[in-house]
Amino acid sequence: MAVANPDDRGLRLFVRYLVLTLIALIFIFPLVFMVMSSLKPDLQLLTDTNSLRAFLPVGDISFENYFAAFERAPVGLFVFNSVFVTGLTVILSLAVCSLAAFSFVFLNWKGRDLMLTVILATLIVPFETIAIPLLLIASKLPWLDFDGLTLGWLNTYRVQIIPFIADGLTVFLFVQYFKDLPRELIEAARVEGATWFQIFRRVVMPLSGPVIATAAILKFLAMYNQYLWPLMVVQEETYRPVMVGLQYFFQLNRAWGEIMAYLSLITLPVLAFYLYLQKAFIASIASTGVKG
Amino acid sequence: MANLSIRKLKKSYGDTPVIKGVDIEINDGEFVVFVGPSGCGKSTLLRMIAGLEDITDGELEIGGHVVNELEPKDRKIAMVFQSYAIFPHMTVRENMAFGLTIAKASQEEKESKVNEAARILKMEHLLDRRPSQLSGGQRQRVAIGRAIVRQPSVFLFDEPLSNLDAALRMDMRMEISKLHKQLDATMIYVTHDQVEAMTLADKIVVLKDGEVQQIGAPMDLYHNPVNKFVAGFLGSPSMNFIEVRVNAVREGEVEVQSNSLDPIWIPSTIDAPTIGEQLSLGLRPQYLTLCTDTHEGKLHGKVVITERLGTETVVDLSLKDESRIIASVAEDAIFAEDQEVSLTFDPTQAHLFRDVRKSNS
Repeated sequence: MAVANPDDRGLRLFVRYLVLTLIALIFIFPLVFMVMSSLKPDLQLLTDTNSLRAFLPVGDISFENYFAAFERAPVGLFVFNSVFVTGLTVILSLAVCSLAAFSFVFLNWKGRDLMLTVILATLIVPFETIAIPLLLIASKLPWLDFDGLTLGWLNTYRVQIIPFIADGLTVFLFVQYFKDLPRELIEAARVEGATWFQIFRRVVMPLSGPVIATAAILKFLAMYNQYLWPLMVVQEETYRPVMVGLQYFFQLNRAWGEIMAYLSLITLPVLAFYLYLQKAFIASIASTGVKG
Repeated sequence: MANLSIRKLKKSYGDTPVIKGVDIEINDGEFVVFVGPSGCGKSTLLRMIAGLEDITDGELEIGGHVVNELEPKDRKIAMVFQSYAIFPHMTVRENMAFGLTIAKASQEEKESKVNEAARILKMEHLLDRRPSQLSGGQRQRVAIGRAIVRQPSVFLFDEPLSNLDAALRMDMRMEISKLHKQLDATMIYVTHDQVEAMTLADKIVVLKDGEVQQIGAPMDLYHNPVNKFVAGFLGSPSMNFIEVRVNAVREGEVEVQSNSLDPIWIPSTIDAPTIGEQLSLGLRPQYLTLCTDTHEGKLHGKVVITERLGTETVVDLSLKDESRIIASVAEDAIFAEDQEVSLTFDPTQAHLFRDVRKSNS
């Protein structure tokens, strides 16, 4: 390759930044529009959509819409419900699916390959096809707690959590990742006297940062955006998650400012979680990206 | 410390046998090297000793106990892997103490054993580093340190130096040899490198296709190989083989000859040779001498390629019958391409083998 002169390099860098900035702008426009609109009264919001003012914090700016949104519906409760259900599902799912994947990759047992095939086959079944049967089952399942034995799981947190813990996609992600871990690390740990569970906890999981981050992000997004299932199984406001709440909020009154405020609020946990894991993701690559 | 008995050990994957009934006795404190070409089953055999591969048939005894069914951790062994297999998320100290941590040893015990191992390997200053901050040689040292900390009865090394460059390999080879003397432990070492085998071993086990070819002290194997495979595998450059015919037989000697070899009497290393029989004559390149007079020598040929290595000059020769042999001669010898040469050799350094067919193996 010819040696680039400094002017060429500067120009190329400029073009590269220009293109990247444009792409970034395209992605950030809807978010900026949402946040800016949430700060404006309805009338101004609608007139501003004719111009670039829609993306700028100009005119009559206030947090009125947020207060109104909180007054109109228990937004805080909805966000809590979603974060609680999503968080718990993500944690339990990572634990259960990584253990399952560990046994598929590292342990020898009869029917292992068949079982894995069956689990992977569930990936092609759309949720909508099993939603109704699942609803019928969930409505009749027993539960034992301090109040004694009850039948039916509708209008609870558990009906939103338990069916989604075991999940083919997460198992698949872990299986693929575990297969690429150096076998000799596992064997070295065995020779050193570690039990299978110790190998899982002390060797395999600490080296699985990237796949944990990936699986967590995917699971978080899927769970946080749940709409159909909670709509079917949760009628009471107490357990209602954000997406069903949004529909409910929308139906009450088309106050765009307030809707934008609501949307801004429910986007926050996703952004926070994503940014947090992005950091963990990079850190884990930095620490495991060495040839052992 | 312990001795080790391998009796009729077999391993098959499905219907494919990979270890076909191996018998080896290893004494306490001995350094044994399993050597052979890739795919000969040497690593599999080592992994069977470690407990990482199931034993299909036969018996494995370590320190007087049959351990066929025991888990790796209960066999009192430690293993050093080719890829080091040190845990990238732990510091050197944590890596070396891993086994003790698992065994819930006290902090003091861990501290003292790790420090002792680090002292032996001269790596006290590396204890708080992570594997990514270490060079290849240092990583291998950590792996060896982790083995030392376990104070095993038997050390197992699976091609531990193959990922290192040549200079480092020589250093580490010497260190492992020193370590063996220092710890006085039983060590089993797998390699495909005959130099490592020759320099390290008290006893070499040569394997091929899952079968033991010969067991013995390095120089014993070098001077008295039982078959062409062992003869050709040990020694560098490899032994030359020339197909010859038996001309005459007398007490303990045979006279052999070929198109490129003048008749010569050689001490017989095979049973009951018969006149007219085809044999393989094995000649080590180092024992071939060039003659100044081209009619004086026993072997006649032309120079094809000369490689001057500094310490010696390796000459590739084409004999009259088109077969090729290699001679290793003095460092300052100079040859022209196609130069006619004749060679002689000491008949007592020659070997005779019967398996003429496999002359290229």
